[in-house]
Order: sequence, then C-alpha cells, then structure tokens
Amino acid sequence: MSVDKLKQAVFGLVAVSLFLVSGAVLAEYPLNLTEGVTPTSQKVYELHMAILYIVTAIGIAVFGVMAWSIFYHRKSKGAVAAQFHHSTAAEITWTVIPILILVGMAIPATKTLVFMEKTGGADMTLKVTGYQWKWKYDYLDGEGEGISFFSALSERDYEASQKNSGIDPSTIENYLRNVNNPVVLPVDTKIRILTTAADVIHAWWVPALGWKRDAVPGYINDNWTYIEEPGVYRGKCTELCGQNHGFMPIVLHAVSKEEYSVWAEEQKSLQLAAADGASREWSKDELLEKGKSIYSANCASCHQADGNGIEGLFPALNGSGIVNGPQKDMINLLLNGKNLMPAFKDQLNDTDIAAVITHERNSWENTVKDVVQPSDVKAGR
Amino acid sequence: MGEAVIHEDHHDHKPTGIGRWLFSTNHKDIGTMYLVFSLIMFFIGGAMAMVIRAELFQPGLQFVDPQFYNSMTTVHALVMIFGAVMPAGVGLANWMIPMMIGAPDMAMPRMNNMSFWILPFAFTLLLSTFFMQGGAPAGGWTMYPPLVLQLGDGFPFLIFAVHFLGISSIMGAINIIATVFNMRAPGMTFMRLPLFVWTWIITAFLLIAAMPVLAGAVTMLLTDRFFGTAFFDAAGGGDPVLFQHIFWFFGHPEVYILVLPSFGIISQIIPTFARKPLFGYASMVYATASIAFLSFFVWAHHMFTVGMPLAGELFFMYATMAIAVPTGVKVFNWTATMWRGSMTFETPMLFAIGVLFMFTLGGFSGLMMGITPVDFQYHDTYFIVAHFHYVLVPGIVFGILGGVYYWLPKWTGHMYDETLGKWHFWASTISVNVLFFPMHFIGLAGMPRRIPDYSTQFTDWNMIISIGGFGFGLSQLFLVWVVIKCIRGGKKASNEVWEGAQGLEFTLPSPPPFHSFTTPPIVTNATAHS
Repeated sequence: MSVDKLKQAVFGLVAVSLFLVSGAVLAEYPLNLTEGVTPTSQKVYELHMAILYIVTAIGIAVFGVMAWSIFYHRKSKGAVAAQFHHSTAAEITWTVIPILILVGMAIPATKTLVFMEKTGGADMTLKVTGYQWKWKYDYLDGEGEGISFFSALSERDYEASQKNSGIDPSTIENYLRNVNNPVVLPVDTKIRILTTAADVIHAWWVPALGWKRDAVPGYINDNWTYIEEPGVYRGKCTELCGQNHGFMPIVLHAVSKEEYSVWAEEQKSLQLAAADGASREWSKDELLEKGKSIYSANCASCHQADGNGIEGLFPALNGSGIVNGPQKDMINLLLNGKNLMPAFKDQLNDTDIAAVITHERNSWENTVKDVVQPSDVKAGR
Repeated sequence: MGEAVIHEDHHDHKPTGIGRWLFSTNHKDIGTMYLVFSLIMFFIGGAMAMVIRAELFQPGLQFVDPQFYNSMTTVHALVMIFGAVMPAGVGLANWMIPMMIGAPDMAMPRMNNMSFWILPFAFTLLLSTFFMQGGAPAGGWTMYPPLVLQLGDGFPFLIFAVHFLGISSIMGAINIIATVFNMRAPGMTFMRLPLFVWTWIITAFLLIAAMPVLAGAVTMLLTDRFFGTAFFDAAGGGDPVLFQHIFWFFGHPEVYILVLPSFGIISQIIPTFARKPLFGYASMVYATASIAFLSFFVWAHHMFTVGMPLAGELFFMYATMAIAVPTGVKVFNWTATMWRGSMTFETPMLFAIGVLFMFTLGGFSGLMMGITPVDFQYHDTYFIVAHFHYVLVPGIVFGILGGVYYWLPKWTGHMYDETLGKWHFWASTISVNVLFFPMHFIGLAGMPRRIPDYSTQFTDWNMIISIGGFGFGLSQLFLVWVVIKCIRGGKKASNEVWEGAQGLEFTLPSPPPFHSFTTPPIVTNATAHS
C-alpha cells in the first residue's frame, strides 16, 4: 500500500468519523429546513435560504445602528441630545429601499409558486383522505389502479404514546413516525396528489416533498410531486384535527418504477384474497387475531386499549350494554356510526368489522363471548 | 389651575369600599380594574402555558391526556389574547387618554363601567367549560369547523363568551373614539395628539370593524350546531373554508388591535429617555394608518395551505409583503429617534428597546412566512409558534410592561424600585429568548404545532424551551413584587416623573386628581408632545 493511499485512508477515516460525530450532534439539535428530494423542495429550500440571508443582512444593519446608538449616544457618556425630528430625504430612502428589496424577493417567489401550481400532465394520481386519525390512500389510475388502504400509527408507537406507558420513546426508532401501511410511490414520475377529508380538516405534509396541503371535507385540493431519490420519507398531519392529531403520521416509500410494479401486483392480489375471505366461514381464533389489530388501529384512540374509554368523551366498551347486547345492533352501530362515532361501512370490509366485533365481545369483562361472521355483517349492510 | 383641581377634589362623591369599584364611572378606577384583571388573566393563561411546557419537557405523555392538552393550547390563546393583552391595552387607554388629551374623564363613563364588568362574566363562562361534559374548547382558538362542532356541552359557552368579549371591546372602542373626537383640550389638534392616542384611535376603528365579523362567524357556528343550518357543512351545501375566510378577516386586524397600542407606548417612551423628539411624527401616524388599512387585505396569508387559486395566493403574498414597508418605516423612525439622543436606560426604556429588537425579529420571520411557496413548509409548524410569540410576548407584552413602568409613578405617586424593575427586564429578556428562539429550529426541522407528544429528535430543544418557559413564568413574579411595593410606598414622584418627559399627563400631580382636567389646559405648538 502506497503512502498516498494510506494518507487517503487516514484522511477518509477522519473525515467519516468527524462527519458521524457532527451528524450525531446535529441529530440532537436539528436546525433547518430539509432540502428534500423533489425539484419543488429544492426550489423552496433555495428561496428559504435566500430570504433568510436577506433578512439576516437587514437585521445586522438595523440592529447594528440601534446598538451603535445605544452604546455611544448615552447620557452617561456625555452625549447631548440633538433636536432634529424630521428628514424627508431619509424617510423617502427608507421607504423606497425596502420596496426594492421586497420586489427582489417577490420575483423568485412568484416563479416558484407558479411552478408549484402546475399540477397538469401527471403520470398517475394518488388520492389522500384524512380521517380522525388515519390516512386513506386510493390509487386512482395506472398500474396501481384500484389499490386502496388505510394507514395509521403503528401499534408499537401507539402503545408507547399512552400516558405513563412505561415505554421509553427513545427506544423506538422514528417514534410517532411509523405506520402500519406506508404509502408507496414510484420515483421519477410526475404524481398528482389529491387531498380531501372525511370528517374534519387535516393537512398532509411530507417535508421532503416541499409542501403541505390541507385536506378539507367537501374539497379536493390538487398538488403534485416528482420524487428524484428512492427512500423512506416521513411526515405528519399538520392541521389540528382532534385529540389524536399528534398521532397520525405519514410514511412514504419512494421506490424504483420496477419495484413499484411488483408492489402494485402484490397489493391487488392481496385485495382479491381479502374479498374472497368475506365469503367463507372464519374460526373464532382467526377473527380474534385479526380483530385485535383492527381494534388498535381504528378503535383504541377513543375507546382506549383497555376498552374503558375516556369519561365524558368516549364511552367504555368494557361492560357496555351495546357490546353485550344483540349482534345486530352492534353491527348497525359500527356500519352507520352515531354522533362522534364514525360510520365504518366505507372504512372497513365485512371481515374487518366481523373480526373487531368478535374481538370486543370476547375481551375484557364482556360476557357474551360469541362469534360474528363476515356474512352477518354483509346482511347488516 | 392647580387650585381649581384641589377644589374640585373636595367635592368628589366617590363611593367607598366595594361600591367604588362595582359602580365606578371613573376612568382611573376602571383603568386600574382593567389592568388588575389583565394581570390575573396573564397568570391564568401563563399557568396553562406551564402545563404545556411541562408535558413537552420530554417525549411520551406524562401529565395530561391529548384532549386536555388541546384544551390547554386553545384556552391559553383565548385567555392571553382576549383576557390579558386586550384588557391591558384598554386599561392603559382608560388611564392615559383623558390625561393625555386634557379631558376630565372618558366621554361615556357608565358604558365604560359596563364594558369592564362584562369581562369577568365572559371569562367565567369560558373557564367554567373545564368542568363540563366534554371538557373545555380543544379545537384551537381559531375555532375551525367541523372540529369545533365536536366540542361537548361547553360549546355554547365558548360562543357566548366570544360574543360578550366582542361587545365589551366594541363599547370600549366607541368610548375611546368619542373621547378623543370630542374631549380634546383647546389647541390639541389631531396632529398634536401623542402617538399613544393616535395608535388607540386607529385600534378602536379596527375593533369596530373586526369584532362584529367574529361575532357573525361564531353565530353561524352556533346555528350550524343547534338550528340545522349548514353554513360550514359541506354535506349540507356549506363550506368549511368559508369560516376560515371570515375568521381571519377578523383575525388579521386583530393582530394589529393587539400590537398598535404597544407601538404607541414605545413611541412615548423612546423620546422621553432619548431626550429627543420623536422622529417623523407625521410619517408615524400615516404608517400606523396604512398598516391598519392593509390589515384588511391580507387575511388569507393565515391559510395559504387551504387550497386557493394561484391568483389568490399571489394577491395575498404581495399584500402581505407590502405591510413590511410601513412597519419598516416605524422601526426606522424609532431608531432615528434614539440616534444622537442622550439616552438613559431606566426600566421603561429597557422594555421599549426590547420591543424594538425582538418585535423586529418577529417581523423578519413574519416576512418569511408571507412568501407563499416557503410558507407551504412553515405553515402550522413551530416556526409560526416562534413567530407569533416573538411578536406577542417581547413585541406586545414588553410594550405593555414598558408602559406600566413608565406611568406607574404617575399612577401611584411613588417611584418603583428600579433595581427590581431591571431584574424583571433582564430575567424576562433572557428567558423569553431561551423559550422562543429554538422554536424556529424545531419548526423548520419539521415539528408541527398543537401536538402533545413529539418525535425524539426534538427532545433536546424542547427541554431547553421548557426551561426558558418556566424561567419566563417565574420572572413575572418580579412584576407583582414591584407593583405591590410601589403602591405601598417609595420615593415621592414629581409631576414630570422622568427628566425628559413631555405631554399633558406629566403636568398633573402624581398621583393625579380624581377628575383629571376639570379646567382644560391650553395646548400650543410649544407644549404639544411632538
């Protein structure tokens, strides 16, 4: 090994370890906007930095004058007050100069905005619907046409985020930024993203894409993105949407076009299998297993993991008259909702509803312990 | 004139005991009640902020449930805006405007009494919701539907509390306008009015224009909930975004309702302690009026991400950027007032300089958020929490505190404890920056606002922020200490109080007589404030 190569190796090692150390420090104290992975996010980042530099320069100038004055024009230094109180020239100057600076900012800002609003010519369309407190993704066209699923906070994060859960959040990687079903999108594709909501207003934000947009019931907002690098990008709901607003993250897997095709085929066959499942008889164990995960993704945020609800807000399922009452009434309530209880008929399929009802009727201190089949739910629709 | 004042004082039939306060029609007593009420609400709202910062001290939920956390952020904002800052501004206006324009009292003393006494009832309604089925409001102080309609039994109480607060503010505003337009001393022309009076006239017009809009919006919420209307319900042909447009048509002028009195106060303080006349009096008046006018055309910058046509986004971006021009003029004028002055740094001046630096900082982040494409990243993150707290706390609360220190010797007749005042300023200034500055960083790095728990990369900054928060909360105890000490005694204050003080209020004795000017003073160019 030549000396040069050794030098290179040592230098590389030092550089990497410095980078790791500084990386670790910066991870503890994040400071700035992400540059992101889309043309939009890069333009936004550049604009952000440019304006930040401009206002910093203005700040240094203005605060500098103030500081100079505070330091030198003080009575204790024998300063005698001048009595001037007007200068038309000065006032015109400090009106015109800010106007020029603002115009200088407005030009690139306008260009970026026009660029961001060009939603036409997309290769595929994803519809994002906000629910209290999860996201629904519908693939409207292309290879993924017909794929539709909900994406909620992962079970482990949910358990750790319970009050005094005893689980240290720092032991969970990407705490509160994990979901059960991530949304998968191809890279190098112009994707139109529609946002809307089913109940209250939410906002869909993945910082790496460079924008957020409200999801408003009754509105469909259109946006677009073009992801340039494969990777996992995480985001959050950013419009207050009720008690679990802080607990409905977004996880986006950007994959190559080939991987996306494979994923889309897989999803479609899974959905076919699920549809098949609705027509057969399920064993109690199968239903209980499925029901538990449906419960934690859809019910536990209000009715709580222990089924005891929150007094005055969300009724207990543990020992509840409805859960221990006739199956028909309970199926009807889940399908059609009541007051704050959402209607689940469009959110969950027959198997899911049968499973979660079976789970609830067999859990905690509930006494009925019977089984509800997908066919019973189908009959209730 | 002095004799006449003393003579009149003998004939005052002011009730004693509790009646003096309940039935008061005196601008000073009502002003005092407003200020004391504001201080109490400042501590109630502050206690809620302490709950928020305790919960956010580390990730995971330790103290409160998410729903209660949301109530804390919602009611903290309502209490601080409508209970602490606005009444403090009205309290200062009540105390000072008659004295500054050479009037004996406010134009409508009984209405003055009523506009104050509505406040305790309104806040009883609001705070009682904590004990109701469904809890206190938790949908944000902005009350966006459909979320706000999910509130339990507290919902109508929230709506009626807002109605009462609006009625109180409108009555206060009418009173101030009537007083300034009709009761100025001879020679006190509009362009001789002290800047504090000017900023308050403009604020009063903003209040009259904006508060009925808020009342209308919340009434529509009420009928949507109870009477089957669907103003904001998409399923019934309504529009949830309509509420946001109406709300922010009130909400943006409201921002200036909060900040203009603070601008007025520091325009009084800086010339006094620089011993130099205010620079550019006329341009200050015009800049304030332009800011107020423009404030009606920028509302949608609070909702850039809601989904608007490109033309709308561009219009609101340009209009928002335009507000930076008159605001800049004001900052430059204050700086020019200090320039080549002969400055001393008593507590009021320290707070005024604090406003100058830190309000400007909040203005910079405000300008950044006015740029629509980058606001798509900033919106609803801690970056905006940092921005509006910089504007509201070191921008507005510091202005009010400066005003309190500036006029406290005039009110009580005693000088306050300067050492304690300086402690209050420095403790507040250091802690407020530890509290709010790092919020810029975590906001940019992706932490949304209004969340009770957060991802672990934000842990360290949140701890620092919470420490700053507790420090700022504790620092305010200095204020209580200084005020109580000053009321109980201290060095006798002269009429002028401050070496460089100008203006009619400083021609009266300290404390001033019960009816400020029973014989109107004659104001000439030489004795006018500017």
